[in-house]
Amino acid sequence: MTTDQELYGRRGRIVTDQDAKDITRVEELAYDLKIQDVMTRDVSTVSPEMPMRNVLDMLRKRRISGAPVLDNENLVGIISMEDLVRAMSMNDLNAPVAKYMTTNLITVFGFDSLIKALEKLIQVNVGRLPVLDENNKLVGMITKGDITRGILIAIQKDYQEEEVRRYRASHLFEDIKSDRTTLVMRYHIKKGDFINGGNASSNIKRALVRLGASPQIARRCGIAIYEAEMNLIIHTNNGGRIKVEIEPQKITMLVTDDGPGIENIENAMKPGYSTATNTVREMGFGAGMGLFNIKRIVDNMELTSAPGLGTRLWMSIIMEDDESLREADSSTDIQGETTQ
Amino acid sequence: MNLQEIVKELELTCLTQPQDLSVVVPTSGYASDLLSCVMAGAKKDGLWITLQAHLNIIAVAALLELSAIIVTENAPVEQPVIDKANDQGVILLATPLPTYAVVGKLWEMGLHGV
Repeated sequence: MTTDQELYGRRGRIVTDQDAKDITRVEELAYDLKIQDVMTRDVSTVSPEMPMRNVLDMLRKRRISGAPVLDNENLVGIISMEDLVRAMSMNDLNAPVAKYMTTNLITVFGFDSLIKALEKLIQVNVGRLPVLDENNKLVGMITKGDITRGILIAIQKDYQEEEVRRYRASHLFEDIKSDRTTLVMRYHIKKGDFINGGNASSNIKRALVRLGASPQIARRCGIAIYEAEMNLIIHTNNGGRIKVEIEPQKITMLVTDDGPGIENIENAMKPGYSTATNTVREMGFGAGMGLFNIKRIVDNMELTSAPGLGTRLWMSIIMEDDESLREADSSTDIQGETTQ
Repeated sequence: MNLQEIVKELELTCLTQPQDLSVVVPTSGYASDLLSCVMAGAKKDGLWITLQAHLNIIAVAALLELSAIIVTENAPVEQPVIDKANDQGVILLATPLPTYAVVGKLWEMGLHGV
């Protein structure tokens, strides 16, 4: 069994809410983890000459059900409880291991994915597999128990990392003392960049959830920013900027561009009014609902524009006391369980 | 009614990575090809039926936390769209049926939430 330290050292894995619900995470880990990450390294071995009686003693003392047989460091067989039972029934416990051991060996490599070991364990229905290195030398043994334990530790680690992230973020506004703390996120949106359209809004939404915002607040911000983001992509000359300022009780969003500006703001605010090109409409944009949606979903909105100069869209969403980011959400409060 | 039953009944093809669709339970439906209308009208955990198949539908579905997108009339869905859907945890389903027929069948099955 690998130490927790070794497994916990594995980096770069983030579990989203979706993952957490999803069983395929285990499948992913079965490919992600290597056999050497979870195998038992401290293996008791026997020699081909050892009498079966001594094997019986060893298995009993170490509470294991089998052992690999090494001849000059080469793996030549495996001896199990079943082989012992056969020797006992023949009253032949003085015979050497070589007489009863299984020589038809099924092995795996330490650098293989866990899934390889799982496949073989299931295929041949044995309890344990010897693990070899690239020089075919025995480096460990792997059982179904090792695999289960390894995957559970990795999943637990995933959760802890995400929980720590959430815990830190959701306490940000409590931990930092000032008269007025704000978190500012800035995004540059390129004109015509439909491929990345929606990325800024989904990043902002995720940040808000981490900060402890309610799903409704995060969703409202996400929708408002998405519409503004797509407006920059579709309607501007050179793209534009989004600045989101998060305070414990208020989210302010400022979207600016340098042209072409809106000819008639009153028209632009009317549901169904659109100046989008046919190509853009074919993609499903240009319904003329963007600004109208924004107005519906935010608490305050100011739109100013000068033809030839650019457009400035200011929006804010107010969080009531019970939605404030300053209040720690008890479900993400894992104080005491995390040690850094 | 869960998504597995819907996929079976309507013979939909799942384009995203295999997962247990029986735990996904759509509570409403919304049909439109105009993204801003979907933004305004589709509800969380709803099913979205559309002819659109480009990248931005994934952003919309992820933001709204829709239960799945059904792309109709075999509109060609390119690999980057499927990759992004897998990445964002959005379920993408496809069918040769037109939107009208899909909506009709879903209604018949009892998905009346709008």
